[in-house]
Amino acid sequence: MVSIARADAATPRTPGTPMWRQAVRERWMYLFIIPGLLYFVVFRYLPLLGNIIAFQEYSPFLGFSDSPWVGLENFRRILTDPEVAVAIRNTLTIATLQLLLFFPAPIALALVLNTMVHEPLKRLMQSVLYLPHFLSWVIIVALWQQMFGGDGVLNQALRVAGNEPINIMNNPFFFKPLLVLQLIWKDTGWGTIIFLAALTKIDTGLYEAAAIDGAGPWRRLWHITLPGIRSIIFLLLILRLGRILDTGFEQIFLQRGAVGAEAAEVLDTFTYFRGIQGGDWGFSAAVGLVKGLVGAVMVFGANRLVKRFGEEGAF
Amino acid sequence: MTATGLGPTPDASDNPLDVAALAGPRAGERRRWAATSRPAWEERPSRVATALKGLLLAVLAVVMVFPFIYVIAVSFSSYQDVVRGGLILWPQNPTLEAYQAVLKGGIVTRALLVSVGLTLGGTLLDMTMTVTLAYGLSRPGVPGRRFVLALVLLTLLFAPGIIPNYLLVKELGLLDTYAALILPGLINAFNLVILRNFFMSLPQEILESARLDGASDWRILWNITLPLSKAVLAVVALFYGVAHWNEFFAATLYLNDAQKWPIQLVLRQYVLQGGSLADAAVIDPNQPPPPAQTLQMAVVVIATIPILIVYPFLQKYFTRGVLSGAIKG
Repeated sequence: MVSIARADAATPRTPGTPMWRQAVRERWMYLFIIPGLLYFVVFRYLPLLGNIIAFQEYSPFLGFSDSPWVGLENFRRILTDPEVAVAIRNTLTIATLQLLLFFPAPIALALVLNTMVHEPLKRLMQSVLYLPHFLSWVIIVALWQQMFGGDGVLNQALRVAGNEPINIMNNPFFFKPLLVLQLIWKDTGWGTIIFLAALTKIDTGLYEAAAIDGAGPWRRLWHITLPGIRSIIFLLLILRLGRILDTGFEQIFLQRGAVGAEAAEVLDTFTYFRGIQGGDWGFSAAVGLVKGLVGAVMVFGANRLVKRFGEEGAF
Repeated sequence: MTATGLGPTPDASDNPLDVAALAGPRAGERRRWAATSRPAWEERPSRVATALKGLLLAVLAVVMVFPFIYVIAVSFSSYQDVVRGGLILWPQNPTLEAYQAVLKGGIVTRALLVSVGLTLGGTLLDMTMTVTLAYGLSRPGVPGRRFVLALVLLTLLFAPGIIPNYLLVKELGLLDTYAALILPGLINAFNLVILRNFFMSLPQEILESARLDGASDWRILWNITLPLSKAVLAVVALFYGVAHWNEFFAATLYLNDAQKWPIQLVLRQYVLQGGSLADAAVIDPNQPPPPAQTLQMAVVVIATIPILIVYPFLQKYFTRGVLSGAIKG
């Protein structure tokens, strides 16, 4: 039922027509396809070749062809570099928190919104909940600073009440939960859209029949609603796992200075600072390559696992 | 979550099983008044459950809206309002001083112009590229299009990585140019899939008969497909537009020259890093200058306004299920 791309309609190609003749007949269609294809080849596939510098001691002055080859040295350094270890640890912690706390949030919120029977009120709630998704991380972080920063609303209130101000935005201890809370605040509402759409596709006759047979609200939730959106949950989970190590560059980059690298460095920011700022090109390319490969393994592994459990998977 | 009914709430009009409509005038009347559509078989939730759910939703709404109200209020506050301290939810002496100071300074104005240009130009190019490819891939019977579609969909699963992308932009000589902010993101695979799925859901007979009448594919796209797709085109264009307006990462990566910065980078420097808006013009030398906080909040509001302007248009389409077309098989 669920797949990313719509299935093809029956092709009007008459059986027996050779492929090339069909291609000649449809030659004008290639004018539509080729510019877009060129874009994907140049900007999405050609860069993959740049990963060869992961096997070089790359220097921009020498270029790809003249930089010395170092074999797997850059990958060996991943295992020994203490800063990479910190970045890996932070990335995994944040990714786990996001998966456990952020991923289910839109499902729960969608179920609550779905019980709202007052349509205008429901639409108003949706408008309010979707809005932060469209704001940049710079603005989101600025808003949070105004709420929880040193001079923010929270600390003003604490001072008025005669309490000591507490430091949330600059505290390495709070940093990771704070990141996840910000993400929940920004994107939970928007995330409900896809589940709300899936919920409307559940046959209402099922609910009626179950209710008449004496199933209460919770049993209908468990036996009708959740199975009805299960395949979309799995699809999103698979896609999410492919990007599990993308912990959000902008959000962390913007707040890294406030808490320091020890708490905030993740693989993406490490690659940026060590590679583009620090000039250690080959090494940071190796880190990025390993990260990409882990993502690919995760997505294909999750897809196979889901299929083994009898679901459809993403592809 | 509360123990209220967890069933769906379909519109009465498109639900043939809606027995509530037959349950007598009183039920119908109440429903119109409350604009609700609870099916007859569904239990009425208990008062406690309703109250708890109402409380939850009210808290959520406050949590979402409060920061915006506060920031807007501070941006309009006068020096006295801020110095007096306390929670500002409504400026006592509202003033436009902060906005005047920020916009007269030049840096914010220039960054705004850069962002407007990038947003308009970038969105136009994105839409041209995405629409043509989506149309090409939506037509049946073109050999090779499955392969192209597979290439596109595969990019949903992996990204090349920061360093290889940077090297490509550098090799192409695009560092410190605005092209570096537009070309690498011309087509978003997700937006492409939305458009392609929508084009394929249009009645293909119309396109076929236009073809038989001798219309070129350009004419079919321009005169038939696009006019039928206005709503979904609007949504995709606004997605692209919002992404360009919010552009931060690529600008950080590729623009070293601060003169070329778009609004989000200026916002970061002044608001998050506390860079002084030293260039903020003095409006009245006899008055104390607007405090830094109101200047910062004015920049935040200015950067948010374009989103708030397009948001109602976007919002109109969200609930219509335009986007759910992307995941329907």
